[in-house]
Amino acid sequence: MVFEGLAGKLQDTIKRLRGQGRVTEKDVKEMMREIKLALLEADVNFKVVKDFINKVSERAVGKDVMESLTPGQQVIKIVHEELIELMGKTQSKVSFASNPPTIYMMVGLQGSGKTTTSGKLANLLRKQGKNPLLVACDVYRPAAIKQLQVVGEQLNIPVFAMDDKTDPVVIAKNAVDYAKKKLHDLIIIDTAGRLHINEELMEELANIKKTVKPHEILLVVDSMTGQDAVNVAESFNEKLGVDGIVLTKLDGDTRGGAALSVKAVTGKPIKFAGMGEKLSELEPFYPDRMASRILGMGDVLSLIEKAQEAFDEKKAIELEKKIRSMQFTLEDYLDQIQQLKKMGPLNQVLGMLPGFDKKALQGVELDEKQMVHVEAIIKSMTKRERINPSIIDASRKRRIAAGSGTTIQDINKLLKGFEEMKKMFKSVSEMSKKGGKGLGKFKMPF
Amino acid sequence: MGFFEKLKEGLQKTRKGITERIDKVLVSFGKIDEDLFEELEEILITSDIGLETTTRIIEDIKAKVKENKITDPTAIKGLLKEELMKLTEGESSLKLDTTPSVIVIIGVNGVGKTTSIGKIANLLKNQGKKVVLAAADTFRAAAIDQLEIWAKRADVELIKHSEGSDPAAVIFDAIQSAKAKKADVLICDTAGRLHTKKNLMEELKKVFRIIDRELPGASRENLLVLDATTGQNALSQAKTFGEVVDLSGIVLTKLDGTAKGGIVIAVKSELNVPIKLVGVGEGMDDLQNFNSKEFVEALFD
Repeated sequence: MVFEGLAGKLQDTIKRLRGQGRVTEKDVKEMMREIKLALLEADVNFKVVKDFINKVSERAVGKDVMESLTPGQQVIKIVHEELIELMGKTQSKVSFASNPPTIYMMVGLQGSGKTTTSGKLANLLRKQGKNPLLVACDVYRPAAIKQLQVVGEQLNIPVFAMDDKTDPVVIAKNAVDYAKKKLHDLIIIDTAGRLHINEELMEELANIKKTVKPHEILLVVDSMTGQDAVNVAESFNEKLGVDGIVLTKLDGDTRGGAALSVKAVTGKPIKFAGMGEKLSELEPFYPDRMASRILGMGDVLSLIEKAQEAFDEKKAIELEKKIRSMQFTLEDYLDQIQQLKKMGPLNQVLGMLPGFDKKALQGVELDEKQMVHVEAIIKSMTKRERINPSIIDASRKRRIAAGSGTTIQDINKLLKGFEEMKKMFKSVSEMSKKGGKGLGKFKMPF
Repeated sequence: MGFFEKLKEGLQKTRKGITERIDKVLVSFGKIDEDLFEELEEILITSDIGLETTTRIIEDIKAKVKENKITDPTAIKGLLKEELMKLTEGESSLKLDTTPSVIVIIGVNGVGKTTSIGKIANLLKNQGKKVVLAAADTFRAAAIDQLEIWAKRADVELIKHSEGSDPAAVIFDAIQSAKAKKADVLICDTAGRLHTKKNLMEELKKVFRIIDRELPGASRENLLVLDATTGQNALSQAKTFGEVVDLSGIVLTKLDGTAKGGIVIAVKSELNVPIKLVGVGEGMDDLQNFNSKEFVEALFD
């Protein structure tokens, strides 16, 4: 989790301060030092940190905080608010040309993830009804054109390419003509990675810009970048005029301070976040949620959205009825597993919950393979067996084990777990009849 | 232009960054006090050296100042240089004694693994060694093609399967080929993977198991490639990859940008993984053995 522990550290500082009656200016200074160190450790640029600390401490020495009974929380609240302020209050979307085709140009350092992101972006916007064309303008890196072509093939999105002897400016120009002929309303130009201090190559980008007049220039930034992120973002923005930022590799354990840095120095919004290797794993960037994650408050909103996407509401109501009337069967259980799978990797889902920090999760074995096994076992049962597992005798077990490629022990484990779950449901629904609340300690048998 | 000049040029920005600021700070302070150290601390942190290592450096300098009763702020620079040199020192040559020896290149996505392999292959070839490459990045689109082009450039042999095949199988075949052809060095490319992806790290373990089994006793270099622009996450990368395999060294790439590359100092100091090779450009020859003296000299000139 990004910046995990800052909230905890502040709490510690506060704890030490307890018993002093009230928080003094010196205490606030100490808290600010904690925040400063945490942000620096998170790779936020030091100039950005300085400004940020000044802003926060100005507010923190205010009367509200000093006299508050929970000064720690007050400070966290201020930090949270200022973080949101710094990262942009609302989610920014890409814009489209009123007169198509819309042209996006992807730029950035080597290895930041431009080619993959180009593919992901084309895929995402196609879902919104666009007809994208990918353009391979990286003529320098060996096999870069091929890479984009393979990505295009995987997505079934056409790729415009010429050979690597052609001037990228010419490729871009021809691509636009081609797109107009073929009625593509969206063009995504993948350019070669380059150092922001390489004048010659920066000039090339400026020429592409001049020739095709892209609607938006998107700077792709690796979220693991350190202090240098500011220099990179500043140079690209100065020389080209960046319209938005795409943050990549956010699915790692980086603290992602680069996000804060680039936003602060360019003033340009972060529009998307790359969350994985699959070509579907590009998400809109939500500054407020990122701020919550930074403080270890969990990304509850994202989770809710994911759940809504994956869960069928009607089915949920039906399920609740079944649980209440104790008609929950293995069939329903299978349904549940499949819905859970739709939400994405369990680690990711749990990582979004408040109170779960990723480090702790690393120790926990969230064996998704086991979920696959459970699915296979249930699928190898007959309908009757799923509705009434008590009929499953030794011979049936042997058949199911053979059919699902598991062992009889696995089946026993599943059946036992399922029975326990049913018992728990029973006690829970009895409890709620008596006015109790919630499912309590809900444990799935896998 | 010699390599030293290139490194210097590459580090120009770094040098300007660190030394100019240090000079400014040292000159502006009339005496050595806490504020001065705080400024120094900030400067080191902003070079991506990291909090823990920075604190250690500052503590050491403080101790020396006290011990030697130093009062002149400008003397701090020499101390800092000494300290950084001490921290980055280590054996940087590759240990490739057996025939074949094995180099495995690992790292997160986009750090420059494939390019580094091309350069290392060229380096060894020029030393008269017979090199075989294994294209075990079967995941990323066109990674195999990319390595193939490098293999042609360096004029070395490449063993490959199709995209999406089992990397361990590629390695296995490459080992057999290297044995049969009596190659001196086998260099294995692997797919970039975030160190937090458990299943991908398992896949990597399998690759290492194959090498252990097929080439017991062979000289091994397990090199982690780090991008100089990377911040503190590089520590986490080195730690996690280090749990899967004994890292024998770091390849630091992209030092020709404005990135300060200070993170290698942190990695060396906190995890004791030596820096072995440094990449300072896109050319075939822009990769050389790391030299701590040159590195720090170039920083301070």
